[in-house]
Amino acid sequence: MNAGTTKIAGWGRLPVVTGHEVVPEELEAASAGVQLARGLGRSYGDASLPAASTDRVLCTRRADRILHFDPATGILRAEAGLSLQEIHRVFGPRGFASPVLTGTAYVTLGGMVASDVHGKNHHVAGTFGAHVRALRMRVPDGRVLEVTDENEPDLFRATQGGMGLTGHILEVEVALERIESPWLVTEVRQVPDLDALVETLTSESRRWPHAAAWVDCTTRGRGMGRGYLSLGRYASAGEAPAAPPELRERIAVPFDLPGWVVAPWSIRIFNVGWHHLHRTTGPRIVGPQPFFHPLDFVRHWNRLYGQRGFAQYQCVLPYASDGRGVQRFFEVLTRLGGASPVSVLKNCGPEGRGVLSFPMPGVSVALDLPFRRGHTQALVDALNAVVIEAGGRIYLTKDALTRPEHLRAMEPRLARFQEIRRKWDPEGRLRSALSVRLLGDAT
Amino acid sequence: MKAAILGATRGMGRSLARRLAERRERIFLLGRDPEALARSARDLEARGAPAPIGTAHCDLLEPAGFEAALDAADRALGDFDTLIVSAGLFGTQDALESDAARRAALLAANFANTVQLCEAARVRLLARGGGTLCVFSSVAGDRARKPVVLYGATKAGLSAYLEGLDHRFRAQGLRTVTVKPGFVRTGMTEGLAEPPFAGDPDAVAARVLRALDRGDPVVYAPPIWRAVMGVVKRLPRAVLRRAAF
Repeated sequence: MNAGTTKIAGWGRLPVVTGHEVVPEELEAASAGVQLARGLGRSYGDASLPAASTDRVLCTRRADRILHFDPATGILRAEAGLSLQEIHRVFGPRGFASPVLTGTAYVTLGGMVASDVHGKNHHVAGTFGAHVRALRMRVPDGRVLEVTDENEPDLFRATQGGMGLTGHILEVEVALERIESPWLVTEVRQVPDLDALVETLTSESRRWPHAAAWVDCTTRGRGMGRGYLSLGRYASAGEAPAAPPELRERIAVPFDLPGWVVAPWSIRIFNVGWHHLHRTTGPRIVGPQPFFHPLDFVRHWNRLYGQRGFAQYQCVLPYASDGRGVQRFFEVLTRLGGASPVSVLKNCGPEGRGVLSFPMPGVSVALDLPFRRGHTQALVDALNAVVIEAGGRIYLTKDALTRPEHLRAMEPRLARFQEIRRKWDPEGRLRSALSVRLLGDAT
Repeated sequence: MKAAILGATRGMGRSLARRLAERRERIFLLGRDPEALARSARDLEARGAPAPIGTAHCDLLEPAGFEAALDAADRALGDFDTLIVSAGLFGTQDALESDAARRAALLAANFANTVQLCEAARVRLLARGGGTLCVFSSVAGDRARKPVVLYGATKAGLSAYLEGLDHRFRAQGLRTVTVKPGFVRTGMTEGLAEPPFAGDPDAVAARVLRALDRGDPVVYAPPIWRAVMGVVKRLPRAVLRRAAF
């Protein structure tokens, strides 16, 4: 491998930069003097990409040892590269699950902390950081520290959702959730329009620990924002099958599809078909993969978008504003032709303790936007304007295209984050392509 | 199974040890780095291996310590019945040609000292009526090729020794399992150009475990490498002399 010419990208493959991963089995030793660490590279934009001044990123995925597990308390301590998939596999049969589950299980503990991830149960469980008890970190001056909310609250909280910019996460200690079985009891509820969708999502969230909605974002007018709710809870021992659920990639996208395949017309066909496939159904028992990680059964699904890549876009629109933020957002989206094959709405609970943690009370909207030169940037700018006006914010883990002035306008917490960064990293050693783009770091 | 493993902290050995742990097999770890050994022991305990997992210092460059290491494994496990050796050194042909010290270390570790360790284990296993020696060689030992002249030579010697051991002692209950991995994505091969048919350590571990259960004398992993090497072994010298691989 000629290191100088290899390419590295996030899951959206937008942008693609020159660089390569260094993937050690002994993470702590390898983390000295490193500018940025990443996990499985499932953040979408440039958060896990190196700044232009280096072509190396430390990757944690081979540092995946479980260091301690106490079945009495559910407290797990592991190296940062342990994946959520592995947590399912090892601890599911023993009656434990990660307290927060992302849309893909191919994420690492370190990445879950750095993004302070949330799941379908945010309204009851909060973000992943709420369950983290301690971190072992290589801080920017080279020391290795045990970091908790008691001994270093600023660093601990800035690291949750800090996009890997406050130090390298080497180990994570987190309390797993006790479950009666790894299976889920789920229901699907079809909803005719956006108002009903937001209302049902909010009301059903009071009854269901796991709730999210899929939205048809290609239908305009009366049916705008129609979709369905996906609701679930862990099955009791009596309801669940005895066999462990399946967790695997069943099919693969073998190569990049041509760029014209995922286009407004095909997204429209898919959205209409998908909507009609999801009629209201009564309780069904399903495994964690189809419920929490529905796309994980397709390996390399990002290749569907072809080489141009795609931009994920996720924002949260607070309840505190006039309550019309979601409607305005979809009006702008559909008016500008922002077709997205997968659009997900989620009801968010209280804000977490992470300094830059994404969720806040409100409705979160996540979109996949196939990249179209000239068009996608303008679309993101327009959506960000709606978010700023509504008092919401975007999710940095998904972002590739937001402008720094827009981020500043929606993030009054940025000054505090930068202050903590400056204290721990006065020389600005830790940087990423994202921090160069959005936080004004040197390349 | 009561398995002593040299090389379980990394790569294919780590994956294999995890599969053994999930089957609740008894494990003892041998290796160089006490911190890495302790972390791997905790990992394997958490994945199901009976705790506590003992560890002892064992370095393929220090053959004088082999007997003490095997003593420690015997004490902890109550006489091991399986020795797995997945440790070994690697260097690119260029690096080994230009660095005499590194070359000497690789030749000693991968061939002479691995054989010495196996001999020490063989004596113990035969004395207790048999057991299993599972040793990681390489497809690089199947045919001499330009990029792996020195590394391949150590593995060719090791494979020949292991085959001989199997012929001589299988009837007495000593099973020898020679693992011949092709290119596998681990810390050892990081930074090397990836050839076709590259594999992942967990898939290799699954193959090796099946071979351990069945007592297969030779296991190629990923399995496609048996066919690949079948062809490479039959290539005329004139072709290999011109080939870049």
